[in-house]
Amino acid sequence: MDAKADAAVLSAAARPRLSARWATLLVLAVVIATIPWFFPSGFYFRVAALVWVTALAAVGLQILMGQAGQVSLGHAGFVGIGAYAMALGPKYLGLDVLLCLPLGAALAGVIAFLVGRPILKLKGHYLAVATLGFGMLVTMVLVSEVGITGGPDGIRVPRAEILGWRIRGSETFYWIAGGALLIGTWIALNLQDSPSGRALAALHDSEVAARTIGIDVAAYKLRAFVIAAVYGAVAGGLLALMNGFVTPDAAGFIASVEYVTMVVIGGLASVPGAVVGAALLVLLPQALTVFHDYEHAVLGLLIMLFMIFLRVGIVPGLAALLRRRA
Amino acid sequence: MLAELLQFLVSGLTVGAVYALVALGFTLIYNASDVVNFAQGEFVMLGGMVTVFAFAAGVPLPLAASLAILAAVGVGLLLHRLAIEPARGASAVTLIIITIGASIFLRGIAQIVFDKRFHQLPAFSGADPILVAGAAILPQSFWVLGGALLVFAGLWLFFERTLLGKAVLATAANRLAAKLVGVDTSFVLALSFGVSAAIGAFAGILITPITLTSFDVGTLLALKGFAAAMLGGMGSPLGAVVGGLLLGLLESFAAGTISSAYKDAVAFLVILGVLFVMPQGLFGRRSVERV
Repeated sequence: MDAKADAAVLSAAARPRLSARWATLLVLAVVIATIPWFFPSGFYFRVAALVWVTALAAVGLQILMGQAGQVSLGHAGFVGIGAYAMALGPKYLGLDVLLCLPLGAALAGVIAFLVGRPILKLKGHYLAVATLGFGMLVTMVLVSEVGITGGPDGIRVPRAEILGWRIRGSETFYWIAGGALLIGTWIALNLQDSPSGRALAALHDSEVAARTIGIDVAAYKLRAFVIAAVYGAVAGGLLALMNGFVTPDAAGFIASVEYVTMVVIGGLASVPGAVVGAALLVLLPQALTVFHDYEHAVLGLLIMLFMIFLRVGIVPGLAALLRRRA
Repeated sequence: MLAELLQFLVSGLTVGAVYALVALGFTLIYNASDVVNFAQGEFVMLGGMVTVFAFAAGVPLPLAASLAILAAVGVGLLLHRLAIEPARGASAVTLIIITIGASIFLRGIAQIVFDKRFHQLPAFSGADPILVAGAAILPQSFWVLGGALLVFAGLWLFFERTLLGKAVLATAANRLAAKLVGVDTSFVLALSFGVSAAIGAFAGILITPITLTSFDVGTLLALKGFAAAMLGGMGSPLGAVVGGLLLGLLESFAAGTISSAYKDAVAFLVILGVLFVMPQGLFGRRSVERV
């Protein structure tokens, strides 16, 4: 296909997608703004805030896995770095806890840059095991260095304060988390439609083909890895602030697997899919407590059923079903 | 010094043999279906748990162990029939999430059917350590090593000497081509799930007298087995065995000489080092991407 036809196809494709992007953001904003009306108690603010924060981490992973096609089984490692920055920064460096949020994100970004350079040369399952190793290392340091990190019992995170106003209460955190997710989703959607996003999509399909048309594959992969890490760290920081406490579980292997599950179950290729997947995996265990002992069995069963019947993920799967009906 | 080294060697090989068996299970299923089965660790758990509970109910140990292997094979076949087969043609990552769902499901069922406590089996032939050149070696270690060796030899014979084994290899090499020459590939797929489950359960039975078992031992074993399979090179049965033994030795020597808290870190750093030099693992095939 020559360049002119290519450009025509691209611009034609870009026009309806532009509106889809704003529609997605609008729906998300409306949901965040209106569901508090249906909350019967303050507890629901807490759970919903947890959904938004988790979704922020999942959206970051979607950029890496869904857009760039690079698996990570160590995403929670970066969440953990962001979370522990909130506890360790004030304790050992005397920093303001709010300052630690961007600092933690920057630290995660730098670590991702250094770690990503060598390990992103690996592909597929080999990359999975390398990122898994990275996540394990982070968890191991957090668990073993009891004198610094508090070990397996975790560590307290100080309350944040802006000009004498203490940030606390589930409702406040709900709006902070919702706002952060909205911004994160907006950036991810923009990225998907930008030249960088197309480069990522190209290398996702075929690295050799992408390289032939002049895309710096290694640089783009590294960029996606760093962006995902920063998303994870910001989410981790907010999570730590919200809970006032953080344990090594936040960085653990199980948490990493959960993030991957969220992204895939929502729809690998879809940014809002990551939000839906996160909502599902945070809310299901809460809802399934009515099953008492059967909680885990039902959760596992539901994950299998979703993936068998909506194999491309919930959001793209339902969209395809609706289109077929229309 | 020599005694210490021997001690690390034997304990490393013992743990490594279990990792190798789990890695072999990964490899068999991966070769037949491209699925990385994260429920592999649950087969190990089933092997240990069913044996423990059957044995506690008065069933003689060999019979309890056979029951456990049968139970795991049944679960493996059901997993294939009810969860993997219906999603045929889905992307690899979708299938992986299905196996993760299956692993959560099996763990959930196990904590209901059994319980959440740790359980032990008596060692098969006495618990008194045998002194060899100053190193104290548990008799159970010999059972683990011997059992693993038996599985390796059996699989080798199966692949090299039987027509069915060749059919499995053919399916692994090229599914469509195998189908064209008359291999029943869906039977091969079911067979790999069954054999994988049996190997996993066998490993679980052998190691339980040493490491105890509970409903959630599978996660860590799956993780280690996966790492071992990648170290050896995904898809290579020889790689799985070497990778598993190496991983066990690395952990054991790191725990003994560097730090027991960071033994996994040392193991993973070595794996990363190997993968940087050999991105396809030790015995993996070099693949060329087609555009």
